[in-house]
Amino acid sequence: MSDSEFAITSQGLTRRFGSLIAVNEVDLKIPRGQIYGFLGPNGSGKSTTIRMLCGLLTPSAGSAQVLGMDTRKESEKLKQLIGYMTQRFSLFEDMSVMENLRFISEIYAIDRKSRKTRVAELLEKFDLSSRIKQKAGTLSGGQKQRLALAAATLHKPKILFLDEPTSAVDPQNRRDFWETLFELAEQGTTILVSTHYMDEAARCHRLAILDQGVKVADGSPRELGNEIHSHVIEVSAEDPNLARAALVDEAKIISITQLGVRLRILIPKEFSGPVEIVSSRLGQANVDAEVEQVFPDLEDVFVAVTELRREAIAA
Amino acid sequence: MKSLIRIFAVMRKEFLQLSRDRLTFGMIVGIPLIQLLMFGYAINTDVRNLSAAYSDEADTHLSREFIAEISASQVINIRHRVSSAQELNQLLDNGTISIGIYIPDDFDRRVINRDRQAVQLLVDGTDPIILGVAQQLTSIPIAFDSQTSIRPDSNLIEVRNYYNPERRSAVNIVPGLVGVILTMTMVLFTAVAIVREKERGNMELLINTPVKTPELMLGKIFPYIFIGLIQLVIILSAGRILFSVPMRGSGLDVFATSLLFIATNLSLGLLISTISKTQFQAMQMAFFILLPSILLSGFMFPFDGMPVAAQYIAEVLPLTHFNRLIRGIVLRGADMMSMWDELVALAAFMFIALTLAIARFNKRLD
Repeated sequence: MSDSEFAITSQGLTRRFGSLIAVNEVDLKIPRGQIYGFLGPNGSGKSTTIRMLCGLLTPSAGSAQVLGMDTRKESEKLKQLIGYMTQRFSLFEDMSVMENLRFISEIYAIDRKSRKTRVAELLEKFDLSSRIKQKAGTLSGGQKQRLALAAATLHKPKILFLDEPTSAVDPQNRRDFWETLFELAEQGTTILVSTHYMDEAARCHRLAILDQGVKVADGSPRELGNEIHSHVIEVSAEDPNLARAALVDEAKIISITQLGVRLRILIPKEFSGPVEIVSSRLGQANVDAEVEQVFPDLEDVFVAVTELRREAIAA
Repeated sequence: MKSLIRIFAVMRKEFLQLSRDRLTFGMIVGIPLIQLLMFGYAINTDVRNLSAAYSDEADTHLSREFIAEISASQVINIRHRVSSAQELNQLLDNGTISIGIYIPDDFDRRVINRDRQAVQLLVDGTDPIILGVAQQLTSIPIAFDSQTSIRPDSNLIEVRNYYNPERRSAVNIVPGLVGVILTMTMVLFTAVAIVREKERGNMELLINTPVKTPELMLGKIFPYIFIGLIQLVIILSAGRILFSVPMRGSGLDVFATSLLFIATNLSLGLLISTISKTQFQAMQMAFFILLPSILLSGFMFPFDGMPVAAQYIAEVLPLTHFNRLIRGIVLRGADMMSMWDELVALAAFMFIALTLAIARFNKRLD
């Protein structure tokens, strides 16, 4: 095993399904001990990338190294070192919480003595001690997710792959879940988590934005905000529909997103005076509104990079 | 009118989904075709070509004429000539022949005097159909030319019903049923057990753990071996208690043979599970094996009576080989090793199916 600073690297990682290119030449450098996010809409190639990194799918082209091991050749050796939490609940619904964890502990051939203590430890940590006899299928979304995470971390993996772990979970459980992830990262586990929630992506140390199989941005949330190629203008208007109607024909605007009575507007950085562009348009249409430039959040980054890419493809 | 539109919408959807499910589509065409062929050709109660052997201790002109006559009937197909009644018994025991013809050395005298039976037909009576055929053979006339006026006399030919003197069909059905039930449950259980995990998403979890393919396969198979043995004990004990089916061979032989057969079926089930994507497909494919097994294996109809093509198909069904073994051991008291070629056939099935299953089962999703 190499002791390089990166837990995961990939070069030109590509996966085709027939004529569809699900993942297109993705290069990754994921540092150890960090929470690294994959942000992207459904079908952007997040799951496919994770499956290739776990060695579940063979790349059509390119290569990936996880803990210095090639995912094509050494996937079996890797299995002992990685944990994977599938998007869909994949433990046995007709078995109890205890039976599931026991099965997993035996599959990883954890030695008999530590098996019991490890399972007890996890039951305690994930607040499942009162449910050990309950069938996994009857657990709530949050409980299922905690059980799945307990199972995925039972053998103390060095890398944890989480594929949209919070999609069936309420906000409180999501926060607790992220607390656990930070604890794990602090103990040295590298975590790769895919999500389509902006607030979750913002919690990651670093993240990659995927769009139609292509990595369109990569960096810490703040870096991504700084490097964005667009101005972000916020318009507060009494009638946001009128404001939107006044702005929709402006060619310099690449995106308008409505948030209640506010509109968030993206204008590429090559145009100067973005506030004036918006104000004058609104003035012409006699729409009364407040206009100000704001610091981009992750959603702005996401919209900007994906919109820019679409325009580049269309051009 | 609206209701009609909706009916058509549902219809179109069904056709669309059917055409996408290629395996089911294949079954729609394949099952009737195969059934037709099997029922049309194989299921033939008009039995011909039963394997037979004879021992002609008289070896006279008349006895040779009789053998020629009886084989000209085409009901039996004489495959061996042996020198003693004892050898005929052996061939019957290990299932090589269904009918043995024994002609004593004083054959000519017996025919002239007509006081005692001149020929013995030693018949494997476990299958009542074969017994019936042997009865027909007794009407073949035996006479010197000088006796032409004498009408056929069935008293000259004696049928000796081996293994099943009471002529009970249960005797034949029960051991055969062991094989049919084991095929049905073992193939289906394993096929569905793995496909179910694929459908429920458990497989994605399993293949991401360090568990190796052979470990997974063997772990899946073992519990069902146990279940199969329980079924075996239930059928044979119930057969004994309820239908007085005898148990002439060694229990160890029955056990060993059944174990091999169970393992063969489980391997076949595993293979199916690597091919099918849904539980429904797995069930269809299991049915695809089960149906010819019931009809062609000799369970329902005597193997020798089937046309050659059907016999070839039957040879590639594990149940055919198991039926010969289990009937031989249970009903005729045969030694397992006297039918070693059947054991080899079963082992070969298991080996091929298991190898293919392990090769096809990929610890990857692509």
